[in-house]
Amino acid sequence: MSTLAVSVVTPEGPILEDSFDMVICKAETGEIGIMPKHIPLVAPLQISIARLKKADDTKQVAISGGFLEVQPDKVTILAQSAETADHIDILRANQAKDRAEKRLQDKSDTVDRYRAEHALKRAINRLEIANS
Amino acid sequence: MKSLASLRDLKGRIDSTKKTKQITGAMELVSASKMSKAEQNARGFVPYADKLQEVVGSIASSNTDAKHPMLIKREVKKTGYLIITSDRGLVGAYNSHILKSLVNNIEQKHSSKDEYTIIVIGRKGYDFCRKRGLPVTQSILGMSDHPTFADVKNLASETVQMYADQEIDELHIIYNHYVSAISQVVTNKQLLPIENIGEQAASTSNYEFEPNQEEILEVLLPQYAESLIFGALLDGKASEHAASMTAMRSATDNANELIGDLELSYNRARQAAITQEITEIVGGVAALE
Repeated sequence: MSTLAVSVVTPEGPILEDSFDMVICKAETGEIGIMPKHIPLVAPLQISIARLKKADDTKQVAISGGFLEVQPDKVTILAQSAETADHIDILRANQAKDRAEKRLQDKSDTVDRYRAEHALKRAINRLEIANS
Repeated sequence: MKSLASLRDLKGRIDSTKKTKQITGAMELVSASKMSKAEQNARGFVPYADKLQEVVGSIASSNTDAKHPMLIKREVKKTGYLIITSDRGLVGAYNSHILKSLVNNIEQKHSSKDEYTIIVIGRKGYDFCRKRGLPVTQSILGMSDHPTFADVKNLASETVQMYADQEIDELHIIYNHYVSAISQVVTNKQLLPIENIGEQAASTSNYEFEPNQEEILEVLLPQYAESLIFGALLDGKASEHAASMTAMRSATDNANELIGDLELSYNRARQAAITQEITEIVGGVAALE
């Protein structure tokens, strides 16, 4: 059976390079599953968890600010930040979550709600994968 | 008596120069190790930048109806300059090259302060702009020696947003490009609007776009611009450490030379004192006879 060469790349260098059977991501338009011999595709991703499947094993990667580039035998996930479960700093993610929640409760105009919401999403995303 | 005092003087100067030499020698080693780390960081960034450029290029070249403000040149009313300088001195001409290039640019292109604004990374550049009364919109001081993307994310996205909001109509970035440990070149690049991107990427794939090209460009182009800023910063950091290493090496060399000269005069003075003493003794003996 053919496999997909998957690489997850961030500005700080490649996070993960391996072959998998299937890649499941959350694109802006909804969940998307990629298997070998997919047509070339480009899609932006939400702040979400990408699941990489190999046989019975599933690897999870927290993605933010990323997009997906697919070629028939190759999948590249480019993201501004990406972490596998064992690289997540739970303490920092928790702090970020609290900070963002506090900011969102503040009703004054000085708060950049868009940014706070994004920060909260990123923190929740990280925690979800770390605790799973 | 005079020669004795100058002997002690010389001894003191030799000792203090030796201490300076020890320090500059240590700083050279520190910079060398920081440089190799920074070089590694810059290399780690290459795959990301290449891939991003390939995808953006293939979208831009495959279809001409996909238009985005970041790809279109507009009339320039205000120019943004992003300069990357160091926080510390002791880096030779690293900062002055960049600041000279900035000042030259401004003098050539602009007649009033309303026509440009400056975004600064690094204390040296910030102090320079403040002293000269140049308009600074944003700055980061105390950037780490090995910056992560998160360190510049805010500055980069706000700068790109300034372009999107039409606060600036052009963005130039001035930094030292790292060629090798002994050579860094001041580079002045136009970052926005993005030009010639389709030409550079010889695209092989014909992608499907989900949802469509416009929306992907909407997401991708700001990321692309932000990543270029980060890339320039990594490049600049590698240059900074290289420049600091070179500066410290020549300081060590100069110290060695100075010590050599001082030791020569010290020995001469010592010999002169001995000779004089002997002459005095011989003179004294001759007088007794």
